[in-house]
Amino acid sequence: MTLNDIIDPKNLVYAKTKVMNDTPMHYCPGCSHSVVHKLIAEVIEELDIQDKTIGIAPVGCAVFGYKYIDIDWQQAAHGRAPSLATAVKRLLPDRYVFTYQGDGDLAAIGTAETIHTCNRGENIAIFFINNGIYGMTGGQMAPTTLNGMKSTTSPSGRTVPLSGHPLDMTKLLAQLDGTCYVTRQSVHNIANIRKTKKAIKKALENSMLDKGTSVVEIVSTCSAGWNMTPADSNNWMEQNMIPAYPLGDMKDI
Amino acid sequence: MAKVKGAIVVNTERCKGCNLCVVACPAKVLSLSPDSNLKGYNFSYMSNADSCVGCAACAYVCPDACITVYKVKTNTD
Repeated sequence: MTLNDIIDPKNLVYAKTKVMNDTPMHYCPGCSHSVVHKLIAEVIEELDIQDKTIGIAPVGCAVFGYKYIDIDWQQAAHGRAPSLATAVKRLLPDRYVFTYQGDGDLAAIGTAETIHTCNRGENIAIFFINNGIYGMTGGQMAPTTLNGMKSTTSPSGRTVPLSGHPLDMTKLLAQLDGTCYVTRQSVHNIANIRKTKKAIKKALENSMLDKGTSVVEIVSTCSAGWNMTPADSNNWMEQNMIPAYPLGDMKDI
Repeated sequence: MAKVKGAIVVNTERCKGCNLCVVACPAKVLSLSPDSNLKGYNFSYMSNADSCVGCAACAYVCPDACITVYKVKTNTD
């Protein structure tokens, strides 16, 4: 049997979802953002909600999310995505509304918006990409940077006396009465990619059940910001990020 | 004996040569090509196509969704 016999539409196992368009993504090679974009697009296709989904793009690398996933989008000012999502969901309650935010967006400038949106229990899904640094602006220290982790503004490693402790936003959000589903996942291997996809699906489904806010944190890599190859970044994340940000569901009601 | 044969097609212009599929492939089918695409990335290709079982591990980890996977069961040895 030759390769041409195998490569036939009837033998198809996996192909790029049509919800993701053909625009080449601007992300660095091996970026976790691209994997999460792909998973969100696949879930939207599986749930058949392409014309009923509105995404809120953040500020950060993922600001161009609207160029890659073929749904309706709004773009929020830095950190304000949950507030904009609140407005969109209240005006159009029959739509699936999600925000897609990085740690500089959600855990730094948008801390107040995030906490109050979750506390109000808005029926939206929040996808939180935590790579421990400000990726787009050049790898500066973020609230989520690990103790001892090097960044361009902490070249000797973050220290508690100078910068305080890393902020575990997801754990904090799980304490609020307004949230219904709070989980932390990663996309560094196939098993975790599958779990993350399930979590994304559940979060989007929850947004229609009037249960409250769903938060899915995805511990991610930034190979350019961390100065590693994509494969090394995944290993470094597994060894350093995941012990500090343990994976799993924190709340599911 | 039934045997599973797989094959992949890489969208070479979309591929950024991140190497994650090469690391993820359990059958060690993939390598990065010595040739590069128009963006200058060494794209992924099947250097050992006979070993592919179509498990789609490469496609699941591919950040840019460049990989299409095909699989067929054959009854020949």
